[in-house]
Amino acid sequence: MAECESWNEDRARGIIAAVAVKEGAALPILHALQQVFGCVPLDAEPLIAANLNITRAEVHGIVTFYHEFRRTPPGRHVLRLCRAEACQSVGGDAVGAHLRSALAIDWHGTSRDGAVTLEPVFCLGLCATAPAALLDGDPIGRLNAARVDRMLETLT
Amino acid sequence: MTRVFVPRDAAALAVGAEAVAKALAEHADVVRTGSRGLFWLEPMIEVETPAGRIAYGPVQAADIPGLLDDGLLTGAARRLRLGVPEQIPFLARQTRLTFERCGIVDPLSLEDYRAFGGFKGLEKARAMGSAAIIETVLASGLRGRGGAGFPTGIKWKTVAEAKGDRKFIVCNADEGDSGTYADRMMMEGDPFSLVEGMIIAGLAVGATKGYVYTRSEYPHAIATFDKALSIARAAGILGRDFDIEQRSGAGAYVCGEETSLLESLEGKRGQVRAKPPLPAHKGLFGQPTVINNLVTLTSLPCILRDGAEHYQALGMGRSRGTMPIQLAGNLKYAGLFEAGFGVTLGELVNDIGGGTLSGRPVRAVQVGGPLGAYFPPALFDTPFDYEAFAAKDGLIGHGGVVVFDDTVDMARQARFAMEFCVAESCGKCTPCRIGSVRGVETVDKILAGRDVDANLELLADLCQTMKFGSLCALGGFIPYPVLSAMHFFPEDFRRAERLAAA
Repeated sequence: MAECESWNEDRARGIIAAVAVKEGAALPILHALQQVFGCVPLDAEPLIAANLNITRAEVHGIVTFYHEFRRTPPGRHVLRLCRAEACQSVGGDAVGAHLRSALAIDWHGTSRDGAVTLEPVFCLGLCATAPAALLDGDPIGRLNAARVDRMLETLT
Repeated sequence: MTRVFVPRDAAALAVGAEAVAKALAEHADVVRTGSRGLFWLEPMIEVETPAGRIAYGPVQAADIPGLLDDGLLTGAARRLRLGVPEQIPFLARQTRLTFERCGIVDPLSLEDYRAFGGFKGLEKARAMGSAAIIETVLASGLRGRGGAGFPTGIKWKTVAEAKGDRKFIVCNADEGDSGTYADRMMMEGDPFSLVEGMIIAGLAVGATKGYVYTRSEYPHAIATFDKALSIARAAGILGRDFDIEQRSGAGAYVCGEETSLLESLEGKRGQVRAKPPLPAHKGLFGQPTVINNLVTLTSLPCILRDGAEHYQALGMGRSRGTMPIQLAGNLKYAGLFEAGFGVTLGELVNDIGGGTLSGRPVRAVQVGGPLGAYFPPALFDTPFDYEAFAAKDGLIGHGGVVVFDDTVDMARQARFAMEFCVAESCGKCTPCRIGSVRGVETVDKILAGRDVDANLELLADLCQTMKFGSLCALGGFIPYPVLSAMHFFPEDFRRAERLAAA
């Protein structure tokens, strides 16, 4: 997975200005920031507010409304595991429990060695090859405890 | 070199299609396609032979050397051979209109798109003009495929007649229902049909700009559709009188609700708007807006091309045409099954879907995503039809069918429905925001065996409040899975009580 850049206010201002030309630019700006920095830190909020001419409270409201935006950078790998019904029907809950215990973290947590951040999602559209996950954006289907263990071994 | 078609559909990638493509790269001309939607056979590859395409599957990269030795490239290899794909019973039984090209064409080839009937509907639409397009869509009987089932032609007529400085076509590709993947497959497998459908909608109502709001959980769909937009722009299909921009959601389920989606597109919190005004009058940026589900829009090219009667002739009752039904979960043959409305739930699950993957008895089937009711096998005679499902306190939604075997605990599923609503409520209306939290607490009391009778009554009462008091379908429909679980599987809500008594 691509390394996240560390927070840089000038870089952030540039990103915001480039995207702000779109109509209704808030979400595209937040996506662009998260793409570069791995998250949307609190420090970004006043910059976005100033550019879009809205209050910082409004920006905060937008960032925190959407599950996808992180406030701190993730681990070196991001594993997004589906927790929705189709995955539940073929053992998704057990896969989730196994992962949390193997990584010794809860949802949204990052393993102690900083290798993996585990995020829950509700549906990846991989419902016919469930249980499913996205590992650094790559889809993985038909997960079970054994496949999870093999996968975790490759993540450093 | 022989052409071999290997899907790049995300679900095919999830089971090893990328490695298969790499293993074949030196030996064949590998063409990446979408998926045919037969997911238990993925990765399913197709070899072009003089006698037509021959399918093999499920193929893993490790199988390739052996298959090549046995004559894969002439279709002679016997192992994993499925034969002519169209003759595989699961495909042979379908009526593919909306998904006619998916899995067959190179999704990013305009040449392929045209060769398989693409843009013919648009040509006809341009020739007939706005009023006749709307007349055709009305006559086809097409209803919104996102779940609400509102007649598309009537929505369009409203927007066409509305006055505004600008008008918009918005495609709802925020396909958040578990068990559904039709939008994703289409964007990855046949994206130009969405481009064509949106241009047709633009012509019909006089809109010049379209937005596609795609959920961020679909990175492959987003990437493919963005490429398709660039290609269409370079070819002059977009960018002159109509252009399309894709926007990505950010993990909020409620943004699949149309007014919440519009708020999100405007750069706000995705909170539901009270209606009226309808989006058709005051939609995106306050302008008249057609907001349609992706499958609705991608059904248009073939309706315009083949005529309203052809489409209208399929289906049952007031549900006309075809529905891409998405079979998912604990099912032996899970995949996309497009057919005229009217096929029964039992046929879908037992006959077409082959029963459970686990081999255990089917206990419950959730149709229509997390807001859909859980049906027991006793309701398997229900035909797939908007009205027939509504009559049994269910809904077809976006066409997702999720099967559970007899290990499922339906009280836990009821709890999950409420838990999901807690996580995903936009917070605007009280019944949904607070009701869902109280719902989880009440189910927890039931699961713990505390005052079970009183709490079941309370839960049913809370469901009524949410059903009739919520602003949108999230709070309004989350009672369906809860009430159906309580009604059809009452024994699951009394486990703790029984344990205590034993």
